[in-house]
Amino acid sequence: MRNVLPVLTVLLVIVGIWYAAAIWMNSAWTIDRADGPLTFSEIVSDTMSQDRPRLPAPHQVWAEFQKTVFDTKVTSKRSLVFHGWITLSSTLAGFALGTVTGILMAVGIVYSRPVSMSLMPWAIISQTIPIVALAPMIIVVLASLGVDGRAVPKAIISAYLCYFPVLVGMVKGLKSPDAMQLDLMKTWSATGWQSFWRLRFPSSVPYLFTSLKVGIAAALVGTIVGELPTGAVRGLGARILIGDQFGNPMMIWSALIAAAVLAGVLVTVVSVMQTVAMKRMGFAR
Amino acid sequence: MELVILAFVVWAAGTFVAVQIARSPGHDAMPARIAVPVIFGIMVLAMWELLVTGLNVSQVILPAPSVIASTFARSTSTLWGDFLQTALKGGVSGYLIGCSAAVAAALAIDRVPFLQRGLLPIGNFVAALPIVGIAPILVGWFGFDWQSKAAVVVVMVFFPMLVNTVQGLADTTAMQRDLMKTYSAGYWQSLLKLRLPAAMPFIFNGLKISTTLALIGAIVAEYFGSPTRGMGFRISTEVGRLGLDMVWAEITVAAIAGSVFYGLVALIERGVTFWHPSQRS
Repeated sequence: MRNVLPVLTVLLVIVGIWYAAAIWMNSAWTIDRADGPLTFSEIVSDTMSQDRPRLPAPHQVWAEFQKTVFDTKVTSKRSLVFHGWITLSSTLAGFALGTVTGILMAVGIVYSRPVSMSLMPWAIISQTIPIVALAPMIIVVLASLGVDGRAVPKAIISAYLCYFPVLVGMVKGLKSPDAMQLDLMKTWSATGWQSFWRLRFPSSVPYLFTSLKVGIAAALVGTIVGELPTGAVRGLGARILIGDQFGNPMMIWSALIAAAVLAGVLVTVVSVMQTVAMKRMGFAR
Repeated sequence: MELVILAFVVWAAGTFVAVQIARSPGHDAMPARIAVPVIFGIMVLAMWELLVTGLNVSQVILPAPSVIASTFARSTSTLWGDFLQTALKGGVSGYLIGCSAAVAAALAIDRVPFLQRGLLPIGNFVAALPIVGIAPILVGWFGFDWQSKAAVVVVMVFFPMLVNTVQGLADTTAMQRDLMKTYSAGYWQSLLKLRLPAAMPFIFNGLKISTTLALIGAIVAEYFGSPTRGMGFRISTEVGRLGLDMVWAEITVAAIAGSVFYGLVALIERGVTFWHPSQRS
């Protein structure tokens, strides 16, 4: 709680800088249009209410956000809730796919040396390939294979971004029981299956949740990247794209705010799940 | 059909050799550590080639590695121009500006605990946001050439870098700081001799994360407008005319650029943080 005051102060400063930047960046257009010289207050009031500002002021973005989130019917194509839902569903699908892939690969890497030696370097290299380079192609290829819609390609892209943190965290977590604990399982003549479910998996759960927090944020980035360059018409990324094509900055900014809210909600949900699971499993002290 | 069968023979042989090497006594030595992933990679490429030709997969879906290689060899000058435009002009310049700005900001914040407590939660939050979304806005502000790409990269790498550096600067024990005090070291002395070196593993972690972000930022920004060269520009136009061999050649360039970039930073890290446990094994 002691962080509330500093955080609020910093937020206020950011909003202040934003307003100042809006006045500065939009004033050129105001002065261009004016017939005679303008007073400072005239310039300021005009920069706050342009239709197509270079940088919309915070209250303009908020008004657009409110209009498209609260005052528009959820089923309408103008509603950000509708677009947010499209993005959210792809994100969750990609997150699930990426998490399962990451966990399975981690189990393979921990239990089999050939798998570990051949997969791990390639997993690292796979992350240095900018996924956006693959995004347009994945969509074209899936379309020519007869997969309709954009949900599947978007989920694949977000899974690609999200599996790696899970893989790294799970490898660390599954290896975290020390030799003493593993030996104890052996003295109980536990089978490999038993020592996995009773020892290795439970000890990896704290690592898993830490990676899941990174993973869900990465999955959202993946989905939005999947929507950006591909001519999608639905989803938050598509709103950004359409806002850019139609020169509507308010649309871009409100979609960005919506994406930020979505990211915040998703990370919070995973943290709450983490707290609950840690308590139930007896990790919390 | 024979090619498909051959593909599975290659698979079995590759797996067999890899398993043999991994089980042999020398599996921890350097040659084995390089050989196994290389064999795996060659096996995947060979199976890809054999299956694509064997099953007559259309070039529009998945070109064979040999086709991609010949396209790559044919258009090296185009690829080199795209690499210069996107990776060097857009990516690296933005990376350098963004990372140094973030380290400078972290050092400034470090002197004011109030700012630290205020900025760190926000920085953590922003680092999790899909910042690539601002690409169209920045392209609108800075024009189509590389400056706007560098701007996107600056914004993308800034927050992960800031959070890592601030965390790193806090990573000294009270005992170590007290020792510096007993030496009557001033702020700058204890910063340069103790806290910055101690922060290096964190700073390099941020630098490594940022290499990938830099390439992603530079490529995405080109989808929103670019001069008629650049990796993002080439990919989006070639996908449009179904020239997938060229797209794969561009992806190869991106993969090589990304790996080399990451490898360089990792190499510098090894030199700078040679004392850290993670570098010693």
